[in-house]
Amino acid sequence: MSEKMLLRGSHVIAEAAVRAGCRFYFGYPITPQNELTEYMANALASLPDGVFIQSESELAAINMVIGVSMTGKRVMTSSSSPGISLKQEGISYLAGQELPAVIINTMRGGPGLGNIAPAQGDYLQATRGGGHGDYRTIVLAPGSGQELADITRMAFEYADRYRIPVIILGDGMMGQMMEPVEFPDPIDPKSLPPKPWILDGAKGRPSRIIKSLILDTSAMEEHNWKLFRKYQMIDIEVPEMERFLTDDAHLAVISYGTASRIAKGAIKRVREMGLKVGLLRPKTLWPFPKRILLQMSRTISDFLVFEMSTGQMLEDVKLSLEGRGRIHFYGRPGGIISMPDEIAKVINNIYFKEGLERE
Amino acid sequence: MKKVFSRPKSMKDAVFHYCPGCGHSIIHRLIAEIIDELNIRGKVIGVPPAGCAVLAYDYFDIDMGEAPHGRGAAVATGLKRSLPDRIVFSYQGDGDIAAIGTAETIHAANRGERITTIFVNNGVYGMTGGQMAPTTIIGQISSTTPGGRNKDRDGVPIDLSEMLAITNGSVYIERTAVDSPKNIVRTKKAITKAFKVQMAGLGFSLVEVLSPCPTNLKMSPVQANEWIASTMTTCFPLKVIKDTVGKL
Repeated sequence: MSEKMLLRGSHVIAEAAVRAGCRFYFGYPITPQNELTEYMANALASLPDGVFIQSESELAAINMVIGVSMTGKRVMTSSSSPGISLKQEGISYLAGQELPAVIINTMRGGPGLGNIAPAQGDYLQATRGGGHGDYRTIVLAPGSGQELADITRMAFEYADRYRIPVIILGDGMMGQMMEPVEFPDPIDPKSLPPKPWILDGAKGRPSRIIKSLILDTSAMEEHNWKLFRKYQMIDIEVPEMERFLTDDAHLAVISYGTASRIAKGAIKRVREMGLKVGLLRPKTLWPFPKRILLQMSRTISDFLVFEMSTGQMLEDVKLSLEGRGRIHFYGRPGGIISMPDEIAKVINNIYFKEGLERE
Repeated sequence: MKKVFSRPKSMKDAVFHYCPGCGHSIIHRLIAEIIDELNIRGKVIGVPPAGCAVLAYDYFDIDMGEAPHGRGAAVATGLKRSLPDRIVFSYQGDGDIAAIGTAETIHAANRGERITTIFVNNGVYGMTGGQMAPTTIIGQISSTTPGGRNKDRDGVPIDLSEMLAITNGSVYIERTAVDSPKNIVRTKKAITKAFKVQMAGLGFSLVEVLSPCPTNLKMSPVQANEWIASTMTTCFPLKVIKDTVGKL
């Protein structure tokens, strides 16, 4: 581990990526995540094997990612909501070609150009594939500076392990906020295990093809099922959820990322008044930790989904609970950052309306 | 008995799916011969496009990584930056490179990426069934220009190679054709030079090859070749467009 450093979230991701052995970064400027691109420009310039290109577009960036990934090296790109829309073409190809890559989305208000304030409106885009075709990406939702460091390392591990694009879904608030962080020890890219599927010129071996065109319908179907089986495996091995004060809780707030930080503040306030409220914070949005949530419904009767959107993760909560428990929703889209007191009031109202027992 | 003609080592033992009279088969063979002759097999990575030539990887016996439509230059950039001592080429049609992939191509050339692009210009969208291409010439009938390409409505055919020549990072750009044995020999010389330019690390190189598409031009193979010589070359003259390299 490194010593504690005080860094903003965007810099944490960048530093963690370099320490994960990422030597290739391609990106196009967009607010509110330019600090990440700039950090990578500096960090990779000082490494002999580092490659940084400020690409002409998001499309070019994600396709450069495809090229590097074909050679088996760890590679990353980052953007914010409108830029991530542009990258979806390449993300679909990465999924079809089973190429690992790490993609950072520092979400901002939308749709369209929207604004540059923190928001969570890209949940469905991220967790339902985002581009065309029958695929999924792993979607990780960090909740703190330290977790940004840890989750970025995990993102590269997952990408390589499952040969899949991994998205880290943050927001403008998380990108700007400065927190003390300890980093895991750096990985030398040369020490990473060799990948047996890469393109390198085919010296002394039969030539290889990396492609997603499969014209034969039976073969295409089999490829789709192959991807599906991989997704099933990920759905068993990867889901993660933080549980905060849920042991005695009657009501649980479900939120991720920046919203979960606000929710935690609210929960501490209502706990002081004797309300038995906890937090369930998915750290993986796809695969969604649905079995953990379903299990929690044995002891928790009420769930309040709080998102910085009009209700997107809400769909996954409903699907996971399969009709169990009462589901409530509170959302603030458009870049509005709620205050803990505001969420505390919402919790209070639900708690008393449903007649839940106090301490 | 002396063997005078055989399949290049860099080609698989496969039957081309291309239509009779299509130029892709000739261009594929030229590239494979060049890879053999330059003795760079084992060091080459190819990037096929979306379009008829997407199946190039069924014919080349080299590593190949498929690019999304138009993004060949960006994918090739990633490959080359990761493996600078390999020879990376993209193989792209006119719609791929001069319409949907214009931005990626211009910027890769401008950065002077050490890649080689084979730009196959047949003046029509082949795989999708004969629609207007960015290089369809004025008056040419296609399935989306039933009365012929109209300058005021459709614009004039784009001179992508000339545009790329303006960029500082491009060092060698030539336009050739495969309509006659003489021009096929010239094409082979040009592609050889383009690869050598990359191997010397000098900058971006591109060969535009005018190529017959009899099926979508609704011509016989012979007519299609005659059309290239008589008509297409008046719009796209065969010449060295840029050469800052000289002899290699």
